[in-house]
Amino acid sequence: MSYSVSKKEKNNFLKRFFPSNNLGDFIFERLTWLFALSVFLLVILMGYEMYEGSKISMQKFGFDFLVNSEWDPVQEIYGALPIIYGTIVSSLLALIIALPFSIGVAVYLAEVAPPWLEKPLSFLVELLAGIPSVIYGLWGIFVLVPWIRTDVEPYLSDKLGFLPFFRGAPYGFGLLAAVLILTIMVLPIITSITRDVLKSVPRSQREAALALGATKWQSTIIVLKDAKSGILGATMLGFGRAIGETMAVTMVIGNRALISPSLFDPSYTMASVIANEFTEATSEMYLSALIQLALVLFVITIFVNALARLLVWSMDRKWKTT
Amino acid sequence: MEIKISVKNLEAFYGKNKVLHNISIDIPKNKVLAIIGPSGCGKSTFIRCLNRMHEVVGGSIKGEILLDGEDLTKTDPVLLRKRVGMVFQKPNPFPSMSIFDNVAAGLKLNGVRNKKLITPIVEKCLKQSALWDEVKDQLDKSGANISGGQQQRLCIARTLAVDPEVILMDEPASALDPISTTKIEDLIFQLKKDYTIVIVTHNMQQAARVSDYTAFFYMGEIIEFDETNKIFISPSNKQTEDYVRGRFG
Ligand SMILES: Nc1ncnc2c1ncn2[C@@H]1O[C@H](COP(=O)(O)OP(=O)(O)OP(=O)(O)O)[C@@H](O)[C@H]1O
Ligand SMILES: [Mg+2]
Repeated sequence: MSYSVSKKEKNNFLKRFFPSNNLGDFIFERLTWLFALSVFLLVILMGYEMYEGSKISMQKFGFDFLVNSEWDPVQEIYGALPIIYGTIVSSLLALIIALPFSIGVAVYLAEVAPPWLEKPLSFLVELLAGIPSVIYGLWGIFVLVPWIRTDVEPYLSDKLGFLPFFRGAPYGFGLLAAVLILTIMVLPIITSITRDVLKSVPRSQREAALALGATKWQSTIIVLKDAKSGILGATMLGFGRAIGETMAVTMVIGNRALISPSLFDPSYTMASVIANEFTEATSEMYLSALIQLALVLFVITIFVNALARLLVWSMDRKWKTT
Repeated sequence: MEIKISVKNLEAFYGKNKVLHNISIDIPKNKVLAIIGPSGCGKSTFIRCLNRMHEVVGGSIKGEILLDGEDLTKTDPVLLRKRVGMVFQKPNPFPSMSIFDNVAAGLKLNGVRNKKLITPIVEKCLKQSALWDEVKDQLDKSGANISGGQQQRLCIARTLAVDPEVILMDEPASALDPISTTKIEDLIFQLKKDYTIVIVTHNMQQAARVSDYTAFFYMGEIIEFDETNKIFISPSNKQTEDYVRGRFG
């Protein structure tokens, strides 16, 4: 009797450590678990390193680092507000412009386009998402910026100049150029993810709507509602891309730490500052301030992604459980 | 016997592949017509021709289908589907809508926004589909968060809310447990007072219980169409007899 109990216990013990009763599966499972863990550790380690590297600047400026608007390496004063402002404003505006286009294109691809057209178009969109950003930057310098300088900005200040957003000299290089180039860059990402999300809504949903006498348009609206958490996720991912975009933005944004309501004025983003100034950061304090900037960017990115996941998760949960 | 839908020489295609051959049948008004036949014989395709869902998946048809004497293949499919509702094999409530909104969905699609108008209709349809007592305290819960049988009755309520004349049901109980199935069958029995019902089923007992007329389909053709009693007790065709006796299919 006692023997059989202990055998059972032994079995339980084995079950716990060899859940699938199969050595290959066990090793595979633990190995993948280890990889997953290492990713997590890497994130922690990076955060820690940046924290350590930015200690001097943190001690000197404290909270002022985030709210002071002066970024002056000569005087060794580092206030990152204009840079944070430039980063968030350029990304947000790009997102606001890109989102309706992306959803429009995604709806066309997922709901309207015939298969023979959908395949190549989707491929093209994925292709756009994969173009190196320096190429977007070059295109920005040689095509977008001159166009903005000669056409867009004069037009805007002529028609909408009564608004503070469209005042000032038309340089071409500036926030507007960054916004537009970011728009173009996040568009394919949001589009392709939204398309996938729409395609994942089962056909039975569309049929349910149509069978009730919905038009194609109405059934699409219902599908969009079903997919809204996924679309939100796509948007957040686009934001993550925009906020960390370095090369293309640096090439067109004008690179001056400045808070101005006008989109015509030059601006700066965290990623561009780090990329541009790292090589010239000769003093310890300068270096530390740049690392602190990286830390801020890191935290914002993680925060945005976590928020996206949380929203997606809570929305999904709403429809899945009681 | 008054005729609701009259199908004349109907042929249905998926691309070039012809899956219904020369179907002619008169569907009687305010009765239940059961469609039986082995898998792949074209039952779903047939009823999806009646509300023109067949063309949604890229299918095409030839022939005439008269609804109250008017050829429905030439009318606006959106308007048609308000007159000919459909319940699918797998319950497909809208998960992003509450139970209430699921039932109201068809009304809202028709532009009815007045809550005073919608509320009594929703209640009536939920009662009609025998779901009211189970959900009346949780009308704002998601339509996907109830049991499969409840979901299917919700889909029936949703169909009723549009106030169709004909209701098509494609194996509406095949994914359900016996109790839910019984409820759906009772429901069909109630509904035929006001609606013309066409139901596809693989379950012979179910066909015998709920229907007044039965059509036996085989390889895209109607082999026999008659009163249900006749089909099940003394079919005139050998294939029909074999099928309803469970000897093939
Ligand atoms: N979307 C489609 N594209 C191409 N062919 C199809 C499609 N749907 C059905 N078919 C074909 O049409 C024929 C009839 O199919 P249908 O779905 O009407 O059969 P059914 O009688 O409803 O079968 P079941 O009892 O299994 O539901 C089958 O041969 C099937 O292969
Ligand atoms: Mg079928």
